[in-house]
Amino acid sequence: MNLSFKVDGDEFTLAGESSSQVKKVLKQLGIAPEIIRKIAIAMYEAEINMVIHANGGTIDVEITPEKVYIVLKDTGPGIPDIDLAMQEGYSTASEQVRELGFGAGMGLPNMKKYSDNLKVTSEVGKGTTVEITVYI
Amino acid sequence: MFKIKIFKIKFSIANGGKGMKLREVKEILNAEVLVGEDRLDREVFLACGSDLMSDVLAFVKEKIVLLTGLVNPQVIRTAEMMDIKAIVFVRGKKVTQDVLELAESKKMVILATQHPLYIACGLLYSNGLTGKEEKAEEN
Repeated sequence: MNLSFKVDGDEFTLAGESSSQVKKVLKQLGIAPEIIRKIAIAMYEAEINMVIHANGGTIDVEITPEKVYIVLKDTGPGIPDIDLAMQEGYSTASEQVRELGFGAGMGLPNMKKYSDNLKVTSEVGKGTTVEITVYI
Repeated sequence: MFKIKIFKIKFSIANGGKGMKLREVKEILNAEVLVGEDRLDREVFLACGSDLMSDVLAFVKEKIVLLTGLVNPQVIRTAEMMDIKAIVFVRGKKVTQDVLELAESKKMVILATQHPLYIACGLLYSNGLTGKEEKAEEN
């Protein structure tokens, strides 16, 4: 099964709507709750990042009996140093984002923690692609 | 069968065998029910107090209540991803209708207390919601 979403970068209150829909579909497919939670958290963190750093983007989700593979693509500013961004506590989020409860430098570490395979590719000025794989 | 049995033993150790109904949480915190008056018989085994949603997302536990001073829709979203079904808004924060509607659509319970976060957590802890031995469940 394939699902696609367009994430609006202007509306922070709507961030997470795609993850919510994917979670619902996975539940309907009867996938184990702990697996669903891993997928939902990793995707939600990535979706939030896309909104707060890159003015939105697109998400493609592929669900097979073996795995869930999620590709989040944006055309934002890119990440100059991915290793640094992967460190817990490192954040470039604005004060406004922090006031909303994000930007603690836990987004990418959480994505890594909850996915079985995480791939982040980025080019400064071009955008970032995050690939999340969780085996069912 | 054997596996299930082991899990059950671990689970009861992890929770000190003691849960707390949301009705009790409401009474202890002298809280108002904003959403889910008919769902107060649900039980929680642990509480998580945080204003940082990413920290909440790093904390995977079953059947917890989230206490927070943040009142934006992302609190509900975060709870949804974590399968958290109960949230207590602290410090008498005003909550907007869209946030409450989102919570209702997820069949959550939303409580509001005048206590600050530290006091609210302390009250629940001292009344038995300790989540003791939870480290034994880590990973």
